[in-house]
Amino acid sequence: MKARDLLFVPLIRNNPITLQILGICSALAVTVNIKVTLVMCVAVTLVTGFSNLFVSMVRKQIPSSIRIIVQMTIIASLVIVVDQVLKAYAYDTSRQLSVFVGLIITNCIVMGRAEAFAMNNKPFPSFLDGIGNGLGYSLILIAVAFFRELLGSGTLLDYPVLPLLAEGGWFEPNGMFILPPSAFFLIGFFIWGIRTWKKEQVEEPDFKIAPNSKPQEA
Amino acid sequence: MANETVKKTITVTLLLCLVCSVLVSGAAVILRPAQIANQELDFKRNILSTVGLLDPARSVDEVFNERVEIRVVDLNTGEYTDDISVQEYDQRRVARDPSTSLGLSRTEDIAGIQRREDYALVYLVQDTQGELESIVLPVRAYGLWSTMWGFLALEADANTVRGLRFYEHGETPGLGGEIDNPRWQARWEGKQVYDDAGDVALSVVKGSVDPAEPGAEYRIDGLSGATLTTRGADSMIKFWLGEKGFKSYLVGRQEEA
Repeated sequence: MKARDLLFVPLIRNNPITLQILGICSALAVTVNIKVTLVMCVAVTLVTGFSNLFVSMVRKQIPSSIRIIVQMTIIASLVIVVDQVLKAYAYDTSRQLSVFVGLIITNCIVMGRAEAFAMNNKPFPSFLDGIGNGLGYSLILIAVAFFRELLGSGTLLDYPVLPLLAEGGWFEPNGMFILPPSAFFLIGFFIWGIRTWKKEQVEEPDFKIAPNSKPQEA
Repeated sequence: MANETVKKTITVTLLLCLVCSVLVSGAAVILRPAQIANQELDFKRNILSTVGLLDPARSVDEVFNERVEIRVVDLNTGEYTDDISVQEYDQRRVARDPSTSLGLSRTEDIAGIQRREDYALVYLVQDTQGELESIVLPVRAYGLWSTMWGFLALEADANTVRGLRFYEHGETPGLGGEIDNPRWQARWEGKQVYDDAGDVALSVVKGSVDPAEPGAEYRIDGLSGATLTTRGADSMIKFWLGEKGFKSYLVGRQEEA
């Protein structure tokens, strides 16, 4: 695959969230507010990129019996470093992200790309694949956060956009968008939209529902 | 297949652990000073924000040094003490140590904190003339998921609430996490702590509080969808302003005022 494909195919055509359905948990948790989401996106993209890079660099040395734990150790170390850097240089945001930075370790995208791509490819393409998947994740997260912040708080990047009723405006914020389930609905709509546009993403049904049997007299 | 031997497996594991631990501990050591500075700054910023002194035009350190005096209070007697150095006093560590804290029985421990330190730091905020303007007390209680650490600021009369801020908690974002919401925090301002009999009357209740009804000055509207967090905030007030908390200290200040 060409470098450009590695970076841009995961954006829509093979998006980790909408097609691979990975990393949903953090997509629900950190999308109340765009600023926090952006930091999370940068963190996940860097961790995915570098974990792919390092896993790929040592891929020929890893005994297959311990390969998952080796990947986990590399990912966990990177995440701790990212967490420490955030605590040192972006203290407020790191407090808002709280446990979710640590939970990047369990983000299925990072692990999934390390196992599926980095174990079989050279370091540089692996790095690009990691960054690309991180960007695909970021794209969906930012879109979700855009709607949640706009409709849930009436602001974008903390700037008031829709004047709130409580502050003399006309907009009554929808409390549902503050709560995590709203991200489920939004991601559902995105998946629907993308699959209507790109029909090849529609999955084959696992089974067909037989036509109803004829209603019988009770 | 050379990778699959026991020797190779152990070598890879050891090398990986070595490299990763150097990386992680290196990052932790190098970034530690910046993190501690951040925490201290955040601590001071929270104290200033509790009393509404946060001024974007001036540095937090500058305002803090100018307006805030830190004193140590003996919680058993309610008197100031100079036996303890403010700089080295780590209230959190002391509160866990049995030799410097008081174990609370089940009935006493309404705030779910298990042990209460013998000495507490209080932050006395002065106005520009050097007169006492408000008293900031460190408070904490267990909410739904976590201990909520905060500051309660009282006016110089040691009875009127000036503000409440939490600087550390792990409550559900959007529900219990709304204890950080400025609109909810604003509801605390001007509320009264003690009733005429000297008991803690301030409480966080369910349902809205009509400012016109009698006793409204003692009641704060809780957070909907966060019953246990609200209950934690309520017992935090009951505990820290009660007998085992700052009550004797505050009574002393009321007599002075």
